[in-house]
Amino acid sequence: MEIEPFTAAEIERRESDGIEALRAASQHPIPDPDSWLDEEIKRNVMFTTVDAALNWARKTSLWPVTAFTACCTFEFIGASSARFDIARFGMEVLRASPRQADLLVCAGTLTWKMAPQIKRLYDQMAEPKWAIAMGACAISGGIFCDSYSVVPGYNHIVPIDVYIPGCPPRPETLLAGIEALRRKIAKESIRKPK
Amino acid sequence: MTTSVDYNDLASQLQGQFGQGFTPAEDYVEVPCAFIAKAAEYMKNTLGFDYLGMVTAADYADHFEVIYQLQSIKTNSSALLKVRCPKDKPFVPSLANLWLGASLQEREVYDLFGIEFTEHPHLKRIVLWDGFKGYPLRKDFKGKAYGASD
Ligand code: SF4
Repeated sequence: MEIEPFTAAEIERRESDGIEALRAASQHPIPDPDSWLDEEIKRNVMFTTVDAALNWARKTSLWPVTAFTACCTFEFIGASSARFDIARFGMEVLRASPRQADLLVCAGTLTWKMAPQIKRLYDQMAEPKWAIAMGACAISGGIFCDSYSVVPGYNHIVPIDVYIPGCPPRPETLLAGIEALRRKIAKESIRKPK
Repeated sequence: MTTSVDYNDLASQLQGQFGQGFTPAEDYVEVPCAFIAKAAEYMKNTLGFDYLGMVTAADYADHFEVIYQLQSIKTNSSALLKVRCPKDKPFVPSLANLWLGASLQEREVYDLFGIEFTEHPHLKRIVLWDGFKGYPLRKDFKGKAYGASD
């Protein structure tokens, strides 16, 4: 069968139909391709204070230095492994170097012979830094407080932020102490020295 | 099982070698202070007590006592020797030449009781630091409540 070619009038009519249809559909401008940015910024940018942001970062990534002196250590080890899991607080990274740590967990009896090493480790930690006295020995020397060889409390050697009683404290108690330290850090300000 | 030697036998053997003064008791032989090195050498080389289990000491009202526990690996038997020394002259011959391991333990006794081992090659404090005043395991040692050493 032979196909009739379009007549000139038919071609004109089709062209004008097409233009009219496009014109009808194009009454409003298409949104710019980057207009989604507004929406994303609304969801992601917030205003806060430097203090709040810094304290949030600091308190959620306390890195303890690996320096433990006696039996309380085992409760710390318990707290740091799977069952009590201090990784929940961003604390699982125990640092072998004091330069990378900002928390000294004073766990255990400290003898005068060991005290210079602990002081040195604390001095080598970069600011800001905190110290937790864990257990009776770290608080006051505990049952060894009047011994000839035991330091009657870590606070004779380094400044202590939180005292956790017990002989030894259970991991739950240690976690409560860590919580207390986090609350304390949340109140710090860069404007005044710690 | 490790068995204890017969202390009456041991005392008479030592007496046969070195003369009077070796007193047997139920579970040890008391050796005169001057003879401890010789007695220990005899026990090591002749009686086969080749292993020094430990050296320790005790503070009594009127004397110090140094206690040696010897052991024979071959016969699986053990023997306890004790030496007395007066409080004002706490000198006991060292056994460090016989057993190297005695060196550390005698230093510990020196450190904590202040008993001096004559002829010891390197007698200085081991657990406490140089400059610590006093000997803390003596009964008359007064520890200070706040840990100060003086
Ligand atoms: S407080 Fe108790 S458990 Fe902790 S170090 Fe002292 S003696 Fe050991």
